[in-house]
Amino acid sequence: MSALQGLMDALADTLLDVLPIAVVLLGFQLVVLRRRIANLRRILFGFLFVIIGLALFLRGLEQALFPLGQLMAAQLTDPAFIAPLDGLADTLRWQDYYWVYIFAFLIGFATTIAEPALIAVAIKASDVSGGAIGANGLRIAVALGVAVGIALGSWRIVTGSPLEYFIIVGYVIVVIQTAFAPRIIIPLAYDSGGVTTSTVTVPLVAALGLGLASNVPGRSPLIDGFGLIAFASLFPIMSVLAYAQFGEWSNRRRQRMETGQ
Amino acid sequence: MRALLRPFARQILNSLRDLAPIFLVIAVFQLLVLQQPIPNLFDLLAGALLVVVGLTLFVLGLEMGLFPLGESMAHDFARKGSMFWLLTFGFALGFGTTVAEPALIAVTGEAARVAAEAGLIEASDQARSQFANGLRLSVAIAVGLAIMIGVLRIIMGWPLHYLIIGGYIGVVLMTRHAPPEIIGVAYDAGGVTTSTITVPLVAALGVGLASSIKGRNPVVDGFGLIAFASLTPMIFVMGYGILLS
Repeated sequence: MSALQGLMDALADTLLDVLPIAVVLLGFQLVVLRRRIANLRRILFGFLFVIIGLALFLRGLEQALFPLGQLMAAQLTDPAFIAPLDGLADTLRWQDYYWVYIFAFLIGFATTIAEPALIAVAIKASDVSGGAIGANGLRIAVALGVAVGIALGSWRIVTGSPLEYFIIVGYVIVVIQTAFAPRIIIPLAYDSGGVTTSTVTVPLVAALGLGLASNVPGRSPLIDGFGLIAFASLFPIMSVLAYAQFGEWSNRRRQRMETGQ
Repeated sequence: MRALLRPFARQILNSLRDLAPIFLVIAVFQLLVLQQPIPNLFDLLAGALLVVVGLTLFVLGLEMGLFPLGESMAHDFARKGSMFWLLTFGFALGFGTTVAEPALIAVTGEAARVAAEAGLIEASDQARSQFANGLRLSVAIAVGLAIMIGVLRIIMGWPLHYLIIGGYIGVVLMTRHAPPEIIGVAYDAGGVTTSTITVPLVAALGVGLASSIKGRNPVVDGFGLIAFASLTPMIFVMGYGILLS
């Protein structure tokens, strides 16, 4: 009974989420465009699938993964886990948090691979480019970016270095990469920053940030807890640009080898 | 019915593959690193089943509903040829999908607590909710403008990177003047605004527009709307913070 109740709640939440989108789409369709939509029935069924699918997905995450993942983030950052022997939280160095960095890296990668919005963009990119941009390659590149971003972001919270330096240096790197990357990938790379951080990633990553900021001595959850999501949106831009540069470089190398022989 | 079953079966396998890493990471850490048993194994498995079926339906629905609708509306707007309505649509879509976004409501509520703690605003419930609402509205306007500018860019064929790099410079300059308490929130606001339903719709809109305007390449010109939507909220949230202080 309570499972069903939870499911209904998730469905209601998703419907509420979709409502403004539906109002905007319908309003413009009826008032401005005033054209019949081809395959309307199929599209409506598709919408229904999206809503039910998202509701089930969120409900399942809330029931299974989020509680465990959040508990895990709290336990891993707990001084009792980090230094079980002396228990002196004040003597902890940043190196002692190595399990946190490993967890941050892996959970960043895993949640990004499961992120529905990224799956959508990767499918679209692969369709539109005629397969030149592979859906899986793009997703793995983004996931590696998020993984590195969150691991580095955790390290930043532990050491307490200012967020803005990292972000500004990150921007400079992105600008330099943009100058050298193949043109076709640039918009996708920029987009991937915003796409990665939604349904699956944000709750787990926020729990990690909060756990770290409230357990590491000298950090305040209010000031230091933010910023992990910013890292998770910046690093995929770099990794996707790097992925395209690497692809271009290895293509060129192969061509040179072939013409050379 | 049969026409649906086959893609459904194929998609279930894809979903299993997509979700395997996250289950694996959680299981390994729970059992090997923290060395604790998995609580409520039955609940966990039932939840995992929901996640797999949910993701499968979502992806199927995406290709049946969201993508075709986004593209057909883009084509219709292009055929209608009214720049005014297209830009209005872009703004409405960005604003409408953001203002009610639950992730944004959570972040702005948190930000109001930070601001009250830091003495930026009064520590009363009214001041906090006023601050949170103001922040939410500025992010929603930022995303509306972002989609609008992004659509304009597709129509005009402007290269994306100049605009984005210009935006970065704006972010860096504003970081120097914004109150320190708001910076973390501002940077995060860029990431949380784009929801799981908005992203595919906006991507289809961009690609549809770029492919129905002569001389635009769907890959080079069609993507990039989401990039704007994650950049402008940072500028607007810091602007909001500067205005208040």
